[in-house]
Amino acid sequence: MKRVMSMIVAVLMMAGIFAIAGCGDAKDAKKDEVLKVGVLYISPEDDGGYSQAHAEGIAKALATYGDKIEIKKLESVDDADVEATNAAIENLVNDGCKLIFTTSYGYMDPTVAAAAKYPEVYFSHCSGYKYSGNGYEGKNMDAYFGQIETARYLSGIVAGMMTETDQLGYVAAFPIPEVIRGINAYTLGARSVNPDVVVKVSWTNTWFDPAVEQASAEALLADGCDVMAQHQDSPSAIEAAESAGALAIGYDLTYTGAPNAYLTAPLWDWGTYYTYKIGQVLDGKWEVENYWGGMKEGVAKLDALSSLVSEEAKAAVEAARAEVTEKGNAFVFAGPIYDQNGELKVAEGESIPYGDQMGMNWFVDGVIGQIPS
Amino acid sequence: MFRITKKESFTKAEAIIYRLFGFSVGIIFSGIIIAALGYPVFKTFISLAEGSFGSSIAIRNTISFLIPLSVTALGLSIAFKMRYWNIGGEGQILMGATAAMGVSMVLPSGMPGPLMMLSMLVAGFIGGSIWALIPGFFRINMKTNETLFTLMMNYLAICFVQYLYFELWRDPAKKGFPGIQDIPFRARIPYVSGISLAILAPLIIVLVVYFLIKKTKLGYEIRVVGESEPTAHYAGMNVKKIMFVGVMLSGGIVGVAGAVKLMGSTGTLSSSLGGGAGFTAIVIAWLANLSAPMIVLVSFLIAALEQGAQFIQVRMGVPAAVADIVKGLILMSVLGSEFMLRYKILFGVHTASKKLEERASVDPTMQDSDPESEVVEDSI
Repeated sequence: MKRVMSMIVAVLMMAGIFAIAGCGDAKDAKKDEVLKVGVLYISPEDDGGYSQAHAEGIAKALATYGDKIEIKKLESVDDADVEATNAAIENLVNDGCKLIFTTSYGYMDPTVAAAAKYPEVYFSHCSGYKYSGNGYEGKNMDAYFGQIETARYLSGIVAGMMTETDQLGYVAAFPIPEVIRGINAYTLGARSVNPDVVVKVSWTNTWFDPAVEQASAEALLADGCDVMAQHQDSPSAIEAAESAGALAIGYDLTYTGAPNAYLTAPLWDWGTYYTYKIGQVLDGKWEVENYWGGMKEGVAKLDALSSLVSEEAKAAVEAARAEVTEKGNAFVFAGPIYDQNGELKVAEGESIPYGDQMGMNWFVDGVIGQIPS
Repeated sequence: MFRITKKESFTKAEAIIYRLFGFSVGIIFSGIIIAALGYPVFKTFISLAEGSFGSSIAIRNTISFLIPLSVTALGLSIAFKMRYWNIGGEGQILMGATAAMGVSMVLPSGMPGPLMMLSMLVAGFIGGSIWALIPGFFRINMKTNETLFTLMMNYLAICFVQYLYFELWRDPAKKGFPGIQDIPFRARIPYVSGISLAILAPLIIVLVVYFLIKKTKLGYEIRVVGESEPTAHYAGMNVKKIMFVGVMLSGGIVGVAGAVKLMGSTGTLSSSLGGGAGFTAIVIAWLANLSAPMIVLVSFLIAALEQGAQFIQVRMGVPAAVADIVKGLILMSVLGSEFMLRYKILFGVHTASKKLEERASVDPTMQDSDPESEVVEDSI
């Protein structure tokens, strides 16, 4: 027990030092005019992918509003770890954030819980389906995402034109509707210009694990695929294509590290959304919404086609671009669409409604891969 | 040209001085790194403290980190007392939570809350102990290496929970998104004035483990087995049985940590439920020198550090990686001070190496040999 006592004394002394030091800080804590905006990232802010795209969007909003806002961020918060997510949101609230963006699907339920607990804080959750009026009673939670499938579709056209083996590889994170939608849009785009093309899918069961992503890409390349695409947070699949002398479509951000492979990428431009949403709160005009902008709004776009892209492929993209931009996902998922078993899922003249897109759990014809039931 | 020996004893004052010194060294080194990266040092440390204890939210967060860490470390300490290296805490947490989750899914929904919670806790104990007894069985009967075996069982548990998450227990109400349903609301551990009653788990288990080890026959036997298996044999103890029970208790308590985390915090099961507590708890158990009350204290400090490190990211904009470095440096320095407290380093020429040198001066072929070898005379 003596050692226990000595430990207690040591702890109390440390706590005392902190308490004394802590008192001095209280004076400069008041800076209420500035809107503190909290952001939760699933990977490091400079991951070269998903989180970086969000961080660049936040940086754009910061450039617009300058001193009126202050950004508070937490990186690498595991979105499957509810306790870690809860603690992270609590820390943002504790530091005075009045608007919090949670940028990954898995943060959804903790965000709902936090919104209910802190009704004076606005929450905006990316890529989920719960928001005020839909799975949550309070008035302070938004949902936002974008029609990236439009840009996926156009990138599929590039891949469909550029492939020589007619086999495209797709490294995919998790079998969830968001990823499935992307694979389907990509396949539909590729097959709109090249009906013989197939898309081979490899699941990694991780958003961010460069080694696993690379191994999956290498397996697909060895299997005969000559254009890679990916739905991951790192650019490993592009690098794998570069080393194998193949081509690749990126995701999230322009990738300059693979000059002999990189064709283009579906990009997020979150700056448009973050500037818009933060502006609402600054003006005191917060509105609950389920934001779903596309290429028309500028949230989704296709990166400039690299010099590797052939003239024919460029022409095919330009031929489709205007209509895709204007009509958005309604064009991408317009019938007739057949599923993997050759069954007609969407009739001619129809399009997959929003709700079914959000819950999409089947592959279109031309995808080689399985969705765990 | 030095050697390390265990100190015979140290005084209370020495213990305090060494620990404070170690802590200060950690603060100074991480301060240097923080300053080198251009962040204000003093303010960063104030935020670290403020983030751990400075507000009710901070204290709640610290406590929520403390609960799984302390219960897991308490469980592991029983195995460590027997010198049974149970590195499988993470997997045992997961399997405890899995068993509790499974029970919550099959129990009638009309069942009273306390009864449901009790069943889930028992299931957690059984789940964790079965997961621990699989490598335990092979260790006890076939002398396999339990360090590797228990470690590998972690990854099996993670994959198993992923399988449940994506396939077997996938909740159709999640609109195609993967995930397991939430446990019933009545099975959630309630909050009293903002503090989860889950805090009772470490408080009760620390008493149980303390009395088990110090006051019971089984506890005595566990300690003897840890000191020397042959001695236990000669004293007529049934070593196999003692080990079996010890491993079962160890894994069971760790499993309870998983069940408590499920019921008190996450509300649903995923392969991230352990959150690394199974590994951090190993460090905690040793920092606390396997003493049950000390484990709770050390867990509190580590939990505070964990929570504070997250808060400095928010308050100061320090990147996550730097916050991890600060956390790691402080932890390492404290570990170092424990080492300095328990061992002494003797400088000067070791008699054996002296002889070696004498021979080397005579025999030129000996020049390459390095006399500066460490000699650990007594580990732990």
